[in-house]
Amino acid sequence: MLPNTLKKTPLHAAHRACGSKMVDFGGWDMPVQYSGLVDEHQTVRRSVGLFDVSHMGEIEVRGPEALQLVEIVSTNAASKLKIGQAHYSGLLYEHGGFVDDILVHKVADDSFFLCVNASNQEKDFEHIRGYNKFDCDVELASDRYAQLAIQGPNARATLQKLTPVDLSAIRYYWFTDGVVCGTPARIAHTGYTGEDGFEIYVAPEEAERIWNEILEAGEEFGIKPCGLGARNTLRLEAKMALYGHEIHASINPFEADLGWIVKMEKADFVGKRALAGSMERGVTRKLIGFEMRGRGIGRDGYEVLLDGQPAGWVTSGSPSPTLGKNIGLCYLPVAESRPGRKIEVVIRSQPVEAETVDTPFYKRPK
Amino acid sequence: MTYPDNLRYTKEHEWTLVEGDAATIGITDHAQKELGDIVFVDLPKVGAKIEQGKTFGSVESVKAVSDVYSPISGEVLEVNELLASAPEKLNEDPHGAAWLIKVRMTAPEQIKNLLSAQEYQDYVGAES
Repeated sequence: MLPNTLKKTPLHAAHRACGSKMVDFGGWDMPVQYSGLVDEHQTVRRSVGLFDVSHMGEIEVRGPEALQLVEIVSTNAASKLKIGQAHYSGLLYEHGGFVDDILVHKVADDSFFLCVNASNQEKDFEHIRGYNKFDCDVELASDRYAQLAIQGPNARATLQKLTPVDLSAIRYYWFTDGVVCGTPARIAHTGYTGEDGFEIYVAPEEAERIWNEILEAGEEFGIKPCGLGARNTLRLEAKMALYGHEIHASINPFEADLGWIVKMEKADFVGKRALAGSMERGVTRKLIGFEMRGRGIGRDGYEVLLDGQPAGWVTSGSPSPTLGKNIGLCYLPVAESRPGRKIEVVIRSQPVEAETVDTPFYKRPK
Repeated sequence: MTYPDNLRYTKEHEWTLVEGDAATIGITDHAQKELGDIVFVDLPKVGAKIEQGKTFGSVESVKAVSDVYSPISGEVLEVNELLASAPEKLNEDPHGAAWLIKVRMTAPEQIKNLLSAQEYQDYVGAES
């Protein structure tokens, strides 16, 4: 793809200005790193980092029967959400595989706000619309939002300087519509780093000013802009799934160890029948964490051997800056998918020793 | 960054320093910057034969693994032991202390195929 055909976030110029390295991420020209991946990663774990995640998509479902549509297309129980509450959920095909993983925010009884993956947004929108036989409208609203993630133990102290909203009153996975830097913002106590933090949704034309004001407000904490590189290692340590890696159209939530976002007691949802069958038969493969024992890094797509025989594949793998180990996630036959199993990861034609382990790799101190 | 005039370069971002029939090979500053935090360096053993344009090892950063291609053909005389214990040196001093291997060239005329510092500078300038 030619550089000038890549999509840009409203913060594109700001990234260039602070010397970021840009990469093509699913058709978006996105910052992969600024000061350095490991430095940014540590900054988020120890203090606070700021991410531009404006490439993420937003879909709004509004109308008297909005809840019915959200309930039908997603796996988690949207009916249990209170106004101002959010949850992680799945969009599935009828065959039970993932269309996408999403965050569902209940804005009002007749209004839901979905945050979806950048490269899936048109697909998700068409998918949801395809099931809309209800009295509600579905809008692909991504152009109306920039999204910034402020993450790390000092995220709240940083953001609090810029908003009259009492952030300590927003519980984890709740959100509120308030004001940040004098402009309307949806402030969600969510994140994709395994660290405490907030994700804010603002008007694109305000994004650059807010970005700069957050960097200024966080200066006393040593805040740094962070790229997608650190976002990936942070989410991997926290064992958060990444679409296209741990989950995709051929993977169902049980296989991905995401049974907790599936509420089989719901009357119906897209993919329920297939999942019921999967439960009855039992899944054949399951996601499990591993640590490299030999020298090397097991990366996405590498083959995994059990007793010398091909048995699975790596979905994500990286050095863990927090643990100082080489970690990863892989699919293995369900009977073998338990911690403590010796495996080998084939790295550039060489089997290298590894061992399955308990996840998450990293859990933040409470 | 100005690239040292005494080195010759490849479009795959390796450099070589020729001294008699020996050549020292490394990766460029541009390469280390593109890779980011380097965590592993895989190199051939002393005595191994390498060929111009063919991969002889790899450099791995937190986010990616990248092959290293040989600027010239030859036989490996020495491997930089420093990089086994301190791969991050490649981020700090790619044109100096963090060289990769020294080889005895078997086809010294191949040097002509390599880029000068100015040509390489222009090439990475155009690429970025």
